[in-house]
Amino acid sequence: MSWLDRALGRSKPAAPDLDQLFAVPDAALTLEAAVGVHPIGLGSVSFRAAEGGAFASLTKDVQELLDADDGPKVERSVDQFGYTWLLVRHQPDDMPGLVTDLHAINSTLQDNGFGPSLLCSLIGFRTPSDAKLGLVYLYKRGTFYPFAPTTDQQRDNALELQIRGQLANDLQVEPDLARWFPVWGAPGL
Amino acid sequence: MARSRYLPDRGLTARMVFTMFLLGLLFVVLGAVLIRYLGGLGLILIVGFLVAQWFFSDRVALFSMGGKEVSPQEAPELHAMIDRLCALADMPKPKVAIADSDVPNAFATGRSPKRAVVCATTGIMARLEPAELEGVLSHELSHVAHRDVTVMTIASFVGVLAGFLTRIALYSGMGSRRGNDNGAPVVLIITLVSVVVYALSFLLTRALSRYRELAADRAGAVLTGQPSALASALVKISGEMARIPSRDLRQAEPFNAFFFTPAVAPGFSLSTLFSTHPTIERRLEQLSKISTELGRPA
Repeated sequence: MSWLDRALGRSKPAAPDLDQLFAVPDAALTLEAAVGVHPIGLGSVSFRAAEGGAFASLTKDVQELLDADDGPKVERSVDQFGYTWLLVRHQPDDMPGLVTDLHAINSTLQDNGFGPSLLCSLIGFRTPSDAKLGLVYLYKRGTFYPFAPTTDQQRDNALELQIRGQLANDLQVEPDLARWFPVWGAPGL
Repeated sequence: MARSRYLPDRGLTARMVFTMFLLGLLFVVLGAVLIRYLGGLGLILIVGFLVAQWFFSDRVALFSMGGKEVSPQEAPELHAMIDRLCALADMPKPKVAIADSDVPNAFATGRSPKRAVVCATTGIMARLEPAELEGVLSHELSHVAHRDVTVMTIASFVGVLAGFLTRIALYSGMGSRRGNDNGAPVVLIITLVSVVVYALSFLLTRALSRYRELAADRAGAVLTGQPSALASALVKISGEMARIPSRDLRQAEPFNAFFFTPAVAPGFSLSTLFSTHPTIERRLEQLSKISTELGRPA
């Protein structure tokens, strides 16, 4: 936002950056080779549903589009903060297919003018010791961060920082740690 | 980028620019008079005031309302809400504070996004639904994004300086005897100019404050995509605000400009001209317009 927009109080909604998502399959391979962290074939997109009929019919369209193939259906849920999550299932080794589906949801929302509503995407992983790990993509920043929930609203910061080091070559990792917000209980974890 | 669904409000921007221009003009007039008649002393006065106000502006509202910064562990829900809104808006997360007060209100303070604090009272968190609270927080975050504390501090500078000069002149200058012959006219001129500037700048800063509120409503509603939740919060709070014990109100009133809805004592009616916030009708009308824009088929 320019200083003029600030001074005039007319901030514009931030537009999402979708392209970085396609770097995920390579990063997943690196993670598997380096630290044995493997994908579980789950991915989800989170957005803030806008009120009104336009948005409701749009999300229905997206869901039907993705359900048209033979694979598992897209699961839709709303979390306690009012954000909608669409959960996509693929075979664990079909990372490109998963990312393509996630991208389809994003680009449909964006093409219809709801790009600013996109919050984040999440791709689920497991560590060799079967701990949960999510790779979160922040649309507005075009950056990723790892999220490793343990029990009872605690995060494994050591694991997250270890993963950050591994990702640095393949993905743009969010440099500002204050933006690594927790997504407890997110679908796809 | 795909087209935006939200139409900019050009009228609001135009009114804001015009108000700022008039305030700037007043500043030039007052400054010119001071430097013309007081020379270096006038310049020192202006700069000294500017610096003092700049530093005082930062945390005044937070301290006076007894807001305490809270960690994510202490207030996980509030933090989670603000985390998500900041991610949607792509802005750095401000500090989060809670004020232990039954006045249902929220405010943002701090002159830069880095130093910003968003504070909610326990009263507002108890009364509002999560979606409504989210609307209020996105309104406050828009104040942070628009740097409204800085804008209003600079805008009110002329008025504060003029008010100070008027008071000085009334208490000391006019009553005391003067050694030289042109003493009295100089004091008189400065006093007169100060009074006029003070009156005009008072109206202008109030107008500017109302425009900034409307801009924050708009940006906040666009951010969450839920203008009706914000409207519902407004209705709920403005109804509650009239029923609050007056002890709390006296404490809160000087800081109305930072608030989500102003705390006005019951039975005390301000004309729209003097108000820091637009009327509730005006705010609801704007929000319902945004709601219509959202509902249009793609």
